[in-house]
This record gives sequence, structure tokens and C-alpha cells, in this order.
Amino acid sequence: MTELLDVRNLRVSYPTRTGVIEAVRGVSFTLGKERLGIVGESGSGKSQTGRAIMGLTPKHAVVSADKLDFNGIDLLSASAKQRRLLRGKRIAMVLQDPKYSLDPVMSIGRQICETLKTHEKVGRAEAKERALAMLEAVQIRDPQRVFDLYPHEISGGMGQRAMIAMMLIAGPELLIADEPTSALDVTVQLDVLKIMDKLVSERGMGLIFVSHDLRLVSSFCDRVIVMYAGRIVEELKASDLKNAQHPYTQGLLNCMPEIGQSRHPLPVLDRKPEWAA
Amino acid sequence: MSAALSVEKLGVIYDDFHALKDVSIEVGTGDSFGLVGESGSGKSTLLRAVAGLAPVSSGTIRIHGEALQGAKRSKAFYRSVQMVFQDPYGSLHPRQTIDRLLLEPLAIHGIGDSERRIERALDEVGLGNGFRFRYPHQLSGGQRQRVAIARALIVEPSVLLLDEPTSALDASVQAEVLNLLEQIRRDRKLTFVMVSHDLGVVTHMCERLAVMRGGAVVERLSSAELARADVQEQYTRNLMIASKGFVKA
Repeated sequence: MTELLDVRNLRVSYPTRTGVIEAVRGVSFTLGKERLGIVGESGSGKSQTGRAIMGLTPKHAVVSADKLDFNGIDLLSASAKQRRLLRGKRIAMVLQDPKYSLDPVMSIGRQICETLKTHEKVGRAEAKERALAMLEAVQIRDPQRVFDLYPHEISGGMGQRAMIAMMLIAGPELLIADEPTSALDVTVQLDVLKIMDKLVSERGMGLIFVSHDLRLVSSFCDRVIVMYAGRIVEELKASDLKNAQHPYTQGLLNCMPEIGQSRHPLPVLDRKPEWAA
Repeated sequence: MSAALSVEKLGVIYDDFHALKDVSIEVGTGDSFGLVGESGSGKSTLLRAVAGLAPVSSGTIRIHGEALQGAKRSKAFYRSVQMVFQDPYGSLHPRQTIDRLLLEPLAIHGIGDSERRIERALDEVGLGNGFRFRYPHQLSGGQRQRVAIARALIVEPSVLLLDEPTSALDASVQAEVLNLLEQIRRDRKLTFVMVSHDLGVVTHMCERLAVMRGGAVVERLSSAELARADVQEQYTRNLMIASKGFVKA
């Protein structure tokens, strides 16, 4: 397998008045054309890891790594211009909530065309044509109508599909999905995942799927990284999830209530300080 | 057993949109009742109608046998029925300390002995006294939801309306809050009406549940029936499949 992304000892820290907050503390992994899940609770650094790869960490934060290599390009020493060329074209990111992450004053169609026009020399007619084709690929039934709608006029599930369309239209090699379905209804979640599943396998992309839902991630990805307090506590194959060794992984698996299981009270995580060491 | 909450043929209309159409439910005293459905199914509207926050156009709502009139609710009503909202980031006043937040319901209802009650309320939801003079932004999501629960419980209600109390929380924190709610229900013999889109959560917490779609109840069943997959409606079955997670094609 060719390596798409090589991350070694990635650190993200935020200097504040009361001291330095280390959000990510030495994360290493490699990614090929596969699906990698990053799981953890809020504050575990999972989103920060994704954002650092994308280059979306705020200016005042300090990002360092022994290696942050995307297809031979060193992301840390890349200039802002170089990163702009990568962002959206070769690395794309789907965000959590379509309500907040789409531009509210721009129609869906224009937002999708914008991505395309930024990265490729295309005429207006061709851009529209490709945007419509992309909307169709994410299974929006009436692309012509949705093209002219504004984000507030469409449902959450449709918004998320539009965002996926926007991210995939430039044909990226790596897609980072940060909790892409957490803001959606359970029934819509599966539809969106199915679309992502299909497009990712058809186009042969690498995928980093960031989520707090271990079960969902393990059913969708090939490999899962479990993060706690900015570190990787366990890395395992999704199929081996039942044999998870770390108590934190086991805790995350056990704390979800399930239909047909009567466990009162539910097992909760007994967080141990040595996990964060 | 008398019904703590009985809703008969309730209709709610926003302008010309029928959010609820002839919905009837009955929740016995001390029961825990779940409402499931996707966004827009009317499950939250039903709770809000009971709390007087939605325009009721037809039907009756009874609390402990007493019919409620219009959208106005008496103080006595709010002492016996309290609500916990979905988003703990939006439901606490950002510029009030936890102490102030918990004092307000006591002041409104003219309940004395506030010092001891606030201390006990915080204690009950597993937050120490150290949280008393903090602001909401200094707390995590789970801690905030605990404060919201404490605020609802401080006037000693008998019915608690829970609108997706854990859907904004991490799975691990969700387990803690669900355990807390169960324990409180046992200790105080409360009646719960809980709205959620997560069938797992609802079957865990509730004995009986109603599945809603498009402003109407499509199926009523017990958690045991759901666990056996003894369901009639295709819609309920779809929800069950969805809650099992993604299956690779």
C-alpha cells in the first residue's frame, strides 16, 4: 500500500495566560488508501489532529511534528500558498454541522462551483454542469432545484450531502470527516454514511473519520485509533474491536445503551490518571 | 393507577403547519415514558405543548387529572412539572453563576431555606459545593446538563419532561447522566416523559414508548416488545435498523 499521509509525533499546543494547553501530544500514524477512524471523547484531541493535517489550526497555536508528510509534501514547511493549493484540491474536510459550516448567504450551487473554480480552470457552464452531476452523485433527488437554494432552505441531511459534494468535486486524495453525521437524525445518518462509503471506495480516497461514536466508526472504517487526553491509547483493526485491550476503549464500547440489553446502571468510565501519562 | 399526564387528541398548529395531529398519550404516576422519532416528527412539540410553550389548537392536557387551560400555566403547575432541555450550552444563562441559576426557581416559587436546598440539589446531581459560584462556561457539557437537572429538581416536581437530555453529550458522559436520571427517578418516585431519537437510550430508560412520525403517533409499544423486535410498523423497524449502526455494503 502506498502511503498517503505519514504523521510522526504530532503536537498541537495552545499557549494561554495560565500556561500551555497541550491538545495533541505526540500522535503518530500512517494512512494509505484506507479508512482510518479516530475516536475519543470531547477534548481528546481528535478534531485538533484532523485540523492540524488540514492546516486549520489557529495562528496562535503551535504545531510541531517530527514528520507531517502528505504524498511527499512536508506540510509543516509548506508555504501558506502551497497549503491553499492543497486544501480543497487534494485534502478536503467535511465538518460536523451543515447549519454552521455552509455559507448562509451563498446558494448551494455557487458554493460548490466556488470550490471547483478555485482549483481548476473551468467555465461557468461547465462548473454548473459538474456541480449538478456531483449533487446527483450524493443522491440529491432534484439537483436543479437544490442548486439555487440557500442553506437555510434545506434539511440537515441535505446540507451534509451538499457539503460532501462540495468537498469531493475537486477530486481530493484525502478526505477528513470530522463528526460528519453527529448533527443528523439516526435515519439520515445511515444514508449519508452510505453515500460517503460509496464515493470513497469508488474514487479510491484515503479517509480519516473523526467521531466520538466508537461503534459507528468501527463499522465504517478499516482501522481505528483511540485517543485520550491528546495521545493514542490504542490502535486496532476495526474487526478486532471486541478484543480491545485498553480499559478506556472497553469503557467507550460498553457505555452505550443498547436495545435488548438491560444493564442498570450503565457502566461508566473510571478515568485513571495514568491513561493520560 | 391514576395518570400523571394524560394528553387527549392534542393538536398544535403553527400558522398553517400542523405540528401535532390528534395525539393522545397517557403516562401513569411513577412511569417512564419515551417518545421516539426523527426531527420534525413532533416529539419535542408534544413536550413543549405540555409545558405551555407551543400553541395548542385542540385537545386536552391533564396533569394528575386536572385539565390545563390554554397556554397559561399556573405556578402550581410549574412546581409539579419541570423540563430539562436538549442543549446544555443554550439552556443556562451565560452571565449567571450556578448559585444564581438555582436560586431563581426558589425565588419564583417563594421557597425558603435556599442555602440548604441549593447545596443539596448540587450534591444530588453529583456536583460538589465547589461548583456553586462558577459560571456555565467554566463547566463541561455533562456538568452543565447536571446543573440543568438540578435546576429542574430544586422545586421538587413530580413530573420531569426530558427533551433529548443527552444527545449533545459524549457517549461516556451520556451514560453518567442517564444513570443519574434513573437514580433520581427511583429516589424521588418521579414520572419521566423522555424524548429521544436514540432507540437504545429510550429502551434503556423507559418501560413504554410511542413512535412518532409527521406529528402523529404511529406505534405504541413496550420496551420489552421492542427488544424482541415485536414491532408492527415498518417505520419503527427502520429506526431499529438505523440504531444498529452502519453495515458495509
